[in-house]
Amino acid sequence: MTNGTKQKAHISFLLNGEAAEVAFAPHKTLLEVLREDLTLTGTKHGCELGECGTCTVLVDGKSILSCLMLGLDAEGRSVETIEGMAEGAQLHPLQETFADTGAAQCGYCSPGFMLAAKELIAKCPKPSRDEIKEALSGNLCRCTGYIKIYEAVELAAAKMRGEEMELPRESLFGIE
Amino acid sequence: MQNNGKPLNVVGKPFRKVDARAKCTGQTKFADDIILPRMLACKILRSHEPHALIKNIDLSKALALPGVFAIVTGKDFPIPYGILPVSQDEHALCIDKVRFVGDPVAAVAAIDEDVAFDAMNLIEVEYEPLQTITSIEEGLLVNEPRIHDYGDGGNVHKKVSLEFGDMDEGFAEADLVREDTFFYEGNTHLPMEQHAAVAYFDPDEKLTLWSSTQTPHYVHRALAKVLEMPASHIRVIATPNGGGFGGKSDPFNHEVVVSKLAMITGRPVKCTLTREEVFYCHRGRHPVLMHVKTGVKKDGAITAMHFKSFLDGGAYGSYGVASTFYTGALQTVTYEVPRYKFQGARVFTNKPPCGPKRGHGTPQPRYALEVHLDKIAEQLNLDPAEMRRRHLVPPNSVTANYLRIGSMGLGACIDKVVEGSGWKDKFAWSNWRSAIGNRQSRKGIGIACSSYICGAGLPIYWNNMPQSGVQLRLDRQGGVCVMCGSTDIGQGSDSILAYIVAEILGIDPFDIRIVTADTDLTPVDLGSYSSRVTLMTGNAAIQAAERARELLTMAVAEKLNVPIENISFAERRAFDVENPEVGVSFAEAVVLAESKFGTIGTVGSYTPPRSPGKYKGAGVGPSPAYSYSAAVAEVDVDPSTGIVTVDRVWIAHDIGKSINPVLVMGQVEGSVYMGLGEILMEEMSYRANRNVVHKFPSLLEYKSPTTLEMCDVKTYLIEDPDPNGPFGAKEVGQGPLLPVPPAVANAVYNAVGVRVDEVPITPEKVLKALREKEKGRDARFGPTSIPNVEWPEPLRVLTPAEGGDGREMPRVAVHS
Repeated sequence: MTNGTKQKAHISFLLNGEAAEVAFAPHKTLLEVLREDLTLTGTKHGCELGECGTCTVLVDGKSILSCLMLGLDAEGRSVETIEGMAEGAQLHPLQETFADTGAAQCGYCSPGFMLAAKELIAKCPKPSRDEIKEALSGNLCRCTGYIKIYEAVELAAAKMRGEEMELPRESLFGIE
Repeated sequence: MQNNGKPLNVVGKPFRKVDARAKCTGQTKFADDIILPRMLACKILRSHEPHALIKNIDLSKALALPGVFAIVTGKDFPIPYGILPVSQDEHALCIDKVRFVGDPVAAVAAIDEDVAFDAMNLIEVEYEPLQTITSIEEGLLVNEPRIHDYGDGGNVHKKVSLEFGDMDEGFAEADLVREDTFFYEGNTHLPMEQHAAVAYFDPDEKLTLWSSTQTPHYVHRALAKVLEMPASHIRVIATPNGGGFGGKSDPFNHEVVVSKLAMITGRPVKCTLTREEVFYCHRGRHPVLMHVKTGVKKDGAITAMHFKSFLDGGAYGSYGVASTFYTGALQTVTYEVPRYKFQGARVFTNKPPCGPKRGHGTPQPRYALEVHLDKIAEQLNLDPAEMRRRHLVPPNSVTANYLRIGSMGLGACIDKVVEGSGWKDKFAWSNWRSAIGNRQSRKGIGIACSSYICGAGLPIYWNNMPQSGVQLRLDRQGGVCVMCGSTDIGQGSDSILAYIVAEILGIDPFDIRIVTADTDLTPVDLGSYSSRVTLMTGNAAIQAAERARELLTMAVAEKLNVPIENISFAERRAFDVENPEVGVSFAEAVVLAESKFGTIGTVGSYTPPRSPGKYKGAGVGPSPAYSYSAAVAEVDVDPSTGIVTVDRVWIAHDIGKSINPVLVMGQVEGSVYMGLGEILMEEMSYRANRNVVHKFPSLLEYKSPTTLEMCDVKTYLIEDPDPNGPFGAKEVGQGPLLPVPPAVANAVYNAVGVRVDEVPITPEKVLKALREKEKGRDARFGPTSIPNVEWPEPLRVLTPAEGGDGREMPRVAVHS
């Protein structure tokens, strides 16, 4: 029974680059703390059992499933969510390319995919198609068949390397 | 067409979706993202019995728990509902009987989800178990106990028997008559977003429901009925769906329950289903056992076809009557079938209810038909691609079962995938006529084709009103607002409205505000199902935008003192085509029109053309247009493990005209993905002897393709504009799934010479078939017989070729 009668836990941490404090029921997962206590609902849930990757966030730059991490364990850590990806009004290259290629259809799994991809590009600035598949294999998407997601990641990685790259015509219009 | 031959500035271009930024920044508000002050959490107690009478419900312990605000049970919801008028068989909470594990029994509203969960577990329900019905065979044979007290006798929900043309004559004309039996296991939509709903009862006693639904209009109807409130006091807002695929198309018990709890408690109430509950919610692909008998000439021309299907419907009606008809409706729209007979039966079983999943009732028969044709081609010693290509339904024709075909791009689709895949070389090289059994290669190639409706011709509630409405508001600042009841489930329907209106008014899609899926603000659109949205809302949007353009044209022509027919709209301007620098900005054009006519608002609506079929049952299958697809799959089969790896799929889709090609590409690739999941791994299966519980209601154990299983896809878009489509556009959301399962099945046979006539093609089944082959027996895995069913006397309809008028023939008394 957790009828608000139990004492709340309290943590201080870095949230999207800003110092943050939050009090919450101590049994809550980081996912619940983000969504319910900080109302950062950009982080989504698909199973709350660590099976779908939808709730992926970055903790100290590493992608984790926020449904499997206790909120208490975020004390003193740096947490990045989808809300922190853009620089002000300037979208992150992954956000730009996910929007342009149609990699976000319903958009529900997109935050998790983008954060997982951000970690990949940080480690591997020029990932091959197979490296992208491997890095994103823990994230499920039911809309896209993943192909537009691979293309968005490749395009964003190129942008971040400062290279000019465009999607091949057949990705946008089909093969002639 | 809609643009008087003017070059298109928006339509056909790969624009961003209008909501892409919101989706990529986490700002899109899905239903569970709605957090209201004083909001209570709802949990629903669900039955752990598959079939039982409810003898008693004791709420006393649960009600005593601090933090509990209200608990409701079946007696609070005496009025039944259901998506189809003929199947009003659900209650928001069960009254006296539960019909499957997962049926809702009681619901709690509490201060938070934890308290609601604890209270739910304190509710004591006493059940008296009943015999369970767990399969198609039991549904047909076990008449008592009945799961429902309506239907076509015993536990049969619906039996259908239709006959078009003289079947005896058709089979007599054939050089070969072949019969095959197939089974397609059920599977589920698995949207990443779990269903959620939030209800709020205003101080002025009006109810608002936000819900992840594909069909706010039907939820609106169901709420008014069950809550006994005027529909005008209820507002349903469909939040953007985090994937639907058909799984959010029924009115659901949690939507009704939170509404009632909000009315009782006077506070907002939210219910978000757990992933396990989503599995039990289901409404997904029906398991279907099928038998097909086809007569063909030596060149593969079909002379007659008799198709039988048996559907395991689960515990409720849902869309099931329509699903049953759909398993027999679209066999005739790809290749010419001059005489056709269909018999279908849907049974109730004590499992989660089945309903519409992407392709609604047609992927199962399409799989059966396309594998069956592959076997026929082999028997006739014909190339299966050429055989299909030779006997296509002609464009602008009427089929034996009275479906009117308009544009028909299947020939072009076949040509593209045959050429792109190198079919002729690969198929010859892997020639099944000589090489199967000897060669070492495990690679195989297979082809299949399909077609799908672009919106159901008839609405669920038959009436004379439009299926889709669009309202446009233009303001003096140049702002354009498009209002439409359609629901964006990720397919981009909001964007389609913006593109079409922008094209006609000569503005940028991002200039437009879109308000959708809100029963208070938007005209009715029936919902995101049956691949109807682009075609129907698109046509309604064209009408509304053309009416607005007409007003602006008159005002601008007067101002510029040029003839009306000279005014054109592009690049945010209205101008004289003969003297393009003479013109006004779009905003000025609105000011001129508003000065002349008053406030500028227009409406548009769309009603599909009437179908030529007039017989009973002719309501399922007609559509304003049909999309077509062809796919070639290349697979690798490991004979030691039975594992099938799909390397690549070439797919061509006849889209009519792409409103936005990149969105079309996304739907094609997503459909290939979902078809791949169905043929290789996805299955809803239950432990029949262990309480009919789902074997694996979790995302980990219900296998779906990850990035590592997804194949490479080569896509071709065929643009053969259809006169009924907006700018010629046809559907793409569902059709491209259909050819994928049979193309893979045919490729597996081509690879290792065994037929797996049962979906999904799991490694165990491949191995079993390979063992049969080694033993020299029938190299096949799959069902061998169908149940013996007493069919009703078929309803007979003369085909158009026989001079029929689309009506059934008078029944003749049969003397024994």
